[in-house]
Amino acid sequence: MSITKTKSYTLGLRCRECLKEYPIQPHHVCEDCFGPLEAVYDYAAIKKVLTREKILSRKHTMWRYQELLPLDQDPTVGLEVGYTPFYRSRRLAQTLGLKELYIKNDAVNFPTLSFKDRVVAVALSKAKEFGMNIVACASTGNLANSLAANAAQAGLESYIFIPADLEQGKVLGTLVFGSHVIGIRGNYDEVNRLCSEIADKYGWAFVNINIRPFYGEGSKTYTYEILEQLGWRAPQHVVVPMAGGSLITKVKKAIKEFYDLGLTEDASTKMHGAQAEGCGPIVHAVIAGNDLFKPEKPNTIAKSLAIGNPADGYYAIKAIKESGGWAATATDEEIVEAMKLLATTEGIFTETAGGVTLAALKKLIQSGHIPPDESVVLSITGNGLKTQEALVGKVGVPELIDAKLSEFDRIYKKP
Amino acid sequence: MSVIVRVPTPLRKLTNGQGEIPVNAKNIAELIENLEKNYPGMKARLCDDSGNVRKFINIFINEEDIRFKQNMQTTVKEGDDVSIVPAIAGGKRL
Repeated sequence: MSITKTKSYTLGLRCRECLKEYPIQPHHVCEDCFGPLEAVYDYAAIKKVLTREKILSRKHTMWRYQELLPLDQDPTVGLEVGYTPFYRSRRLAQTLGLKELYIKNDAVNFPTLSFKDRVVAVALSKAKEFGMNIVACASTGNLANSLAANAAQAGLESYIFIPADLEQGKVLGTLVFGSHVIGIRGNYDEVNRLCSEIADKYGWAFVNINIRPFYGEGSKTYTYEILEQLGWRAPQHVVVPMAGGSLITKVKKAIKEFYDLGLTEDASTKMHGAQAEGCGPIVHAVIAGNDLFKPEKPNTIAKSLAIGNPADGYYAIKAIKESGGWAATATDEEIVEAMKLLATTEGIFTETAGGVTLAALKKLIQSGHIPPDESVVLSITGNGLKTQEALVGKVGVPELIDAKLSEFDRIYKKP
Repeated sequence: MSVIVRVPTPLRKLTNGQGEIPVNAKNIAELIENLEKNYPGMKARLCDDSGNVRKFINIFINEEDIRFKQNMQTTVKEGDDVSIVPAIAGGKRL
C-alpha cells in the first residue's frame, strides 16, 4: 500500500478509570479496578506529521488517518475499508424540516456493508502483529459478517459466536466465508459471557474482548471521514445508533482528536444516541438523568442493537451528557416506518439499526433537542439487505399480470 | 446461610488462589462485608469509595444480575451460586 509509516505512535494501554498503565498486549481489563483499557498515543508527534495535506494525498480508505490507529506496523488486513459516501440530503431534509442534514452511509462499507469493517480491519491487523492465528468474536450479526470476510481474506481461522435467533441474512452472510459459526441458545449478553470464558481458556484473539482496546479505535475513522467530507468542519449534531455504546464514545474521541491536532476548528458537536425501545438501557439512563444504566432484557426487531448490558454504556451516557446531546428510542413500528422513509426519500436501504437512528432523529427534532436550522449528521451504519425479515409484509407485494400489454393497461389505469 | 462465591482470576491473589469460596450471608451487602473479613482488601476491589459495587463489576446470583433484583439488598440463600465478574464486554463467568 502507498502509505509508509516510519514509526508507531501508540505508546501503550491505560485504564480509563484509574489510569494505570500497561504495555501493548492483548488485554482489555484493568487488574486493579476492572476498568477498560485504551490505547494511548503520542499526539505531539502525530501533530507534526498528520496534516490536512498529508491526509488528502492518501488513498481513499480508512487508513488515510493511520497515525491515529493503534498499530505498530502498516495494516495487513482490510486495506480497502472505509471512505464511504457522505452527502447532503435533500428530500429527507425537506420531509423532516431540516435545513442542513447530511447522511454518512456505511451501509455500503467494504467488504460487508456495515461500519464493523472498520473495527475488524484494525483488530485483525493487530491480532497478526501479536502473532495470533485464530480470531473470534461475539456478535449480533454485522461483526460476524465482517470478521468472517476479513479473516477469510487474511487467511486466518475464525470462530464466530452468535445468538441462535439472528436474521438469516446475517447467518448465511457469515457461513459463506468458511468460518466456524456457533449459534448460542441465548441472547447477546449470554453469548458475550461465554466468549469471555473461551477467550480466557483458549487464548484466541476475540476482537471485541481481549483485542477490544485496539478494535474500538477503528470506528473513529467513521467520524474522521465525516469531518473531512464536511470540509474539515464539525457538524452541530450527530445522531448515532447504540448497541454496546462504543461507537458514540469514539465519535466524541475522533472529534476531539481532530480539533486538538488542528485539523478542525470546532469540537462542540452535540452527540445524540439512538436505541430501540425494547432494548434501550443507555437512552433510558440519559432520560432519567442517571450516570449508570440498568441492564435490560432485549425485545426488539433491531437485533444488531440488542445488547442489554452494554460494555461502554457508562461512557456513552457520559459522552452524550458532556456534549449537550440527548437520546431517544424507537418502537418496532417506528423502526419500520423510518426504514421506509429513508428508502423512499434517499434511496438508501438501511437495516433496522438505521431505522432506529432515523426514528430517533425525528423524535429529537420534535422535542426541540435538534433545532431545524442547525447542521445534523445521520449515522447509517448497516445495510437493509441483511435484515429483510423486518419488512416482510410491510412494503406490499408486486402486482402479478400475464405478459400482455392489455393486462398492464388494466392495472396502470386502475389507480 | 452458606453460599458459594465464584471469584475472577484478578481477585484470586486475595483468596490464596481459590476460585470458589463459601461465605455466610443473608444478602449481598453482608456477603461483601464477610468476604472482606476473611480476605482483607476484597471490599476495596469490589466497591467504590461510597460503598457501591464498582461500575465495572457485575455480580450474578444464579446467573441473574443483581441489578435485576434488589442490588446490595438482594437476599441470598443456602445453595445459591454467586459470581463476581468484570463487566467489560459482558463479563466473565468463572
